Amino acid sequence: MSDPSAPGSSGPHVRGPEGAPLVVLFGDVTCVRCQQAYLALGDAPLRLQWRHFVLRARGPQPRAIATALEAAARQDAFWPLLDRAMAQPARLEDPDLWRIAADLGLDVDRFRADRRDERTDAAIGADLSAALTLGATGTPALLVDGTIDHGVPDAAWIAALLD
Amino acid sequence: MAIIAAGTPVPPITLKREDGADFTQEDLKGRTTVLVFYPFAFSPVCTDQLQVYEELGSELAGQNAVMYAVSTDASFSQIAFREKLGVTIEQLSDFEPKGEASKALGAYFEPAGMTNRALVVVNADGIVAWSHLADSPGELPGVDKVREGLAAVAG
Repeated sequence: MSDPSAPGSSGPHVRGPEGAPLVVLFGDVTCVRCQQAYLALGDAPLRLQWRHFVLRARGPQPRAIATALEAAARQDAFWPLLDRAMAQPARLEDPDLWRIAADLGLDVDRFRADRRDERTDAAIGADLSAALTLGATGTPALLVDGTIDHGVPDAAWIAALLD
Repeated sequence: MAIIAAGTPVPPITLKREDGADFTQEDLKGRTTVLVFYPFAFSPVCTDQLQVYEELGSELAGQNAVMYAVSTDASFSQIAFREKLGVTIEQLSDFEPKGEASKALGAYFEPAGMTNRALVVVNADGIVAWSHLADSPGELPGVDKVREGLAAVAG
């Protein structure tokens, strides 16, 4: 995980009510099950943290989207960009991402530069290492209280967490 | 069926490489080998597993180790599967006689007539250094398990 206290770090990407149970979602925006998991968790009163789980076997796009998310985070727009990306997962080529960034009012030149930044690379790499070390075996991987689970969380899974 | 135990020399086995050549216990010698047994090509769970293991590429190379994926599918299916996944992990087929090598290593799941979900790490002398059999074929060993196996060789 990137160190949130490091200068210019985008920090961990967390949202949801303080004090609610935390679910860390290791995901890839291009993965359908991750999209489903994101929707299911987003509708629940949970604290959600997104971490990238970008596998090179899936080609360049998952990584390209992850760099866009990191770059958006530097302009405090991680979640808005992720929401937009999740809403149009089949249209996330670079020009689409630039358009979304512009729509969100980001400085697009800076966004584009930040995507290629080594800190962006490091953050994505750190998330992957963490997922592998935790024993994640596929996307989405859900981390709750130090335990990894896989698949799309259903209502019962979420209810048990909130219980 | 119990998975082959650490300290046991790998018995005579014959698998088929992607090019149709035989892969035997002799091919295990000279470097560390990680054999990944998975139930079926194209089953959703296996898909993720091999893509995740692909991330170990340089780590394996750094430890003079090579990984192979083993199932009872025919080589043609395995190759199509590997290409679909975008992974480089070479496939070994245990198709005919079906599952014979997997049975010899205790990595066969009789009730379903398929390879079980197992990992076997063999040292450069052809002796099993570490092995792992999942509690059920649906339970995937993560990269953390592969690393545990590699550490057993080093240690």
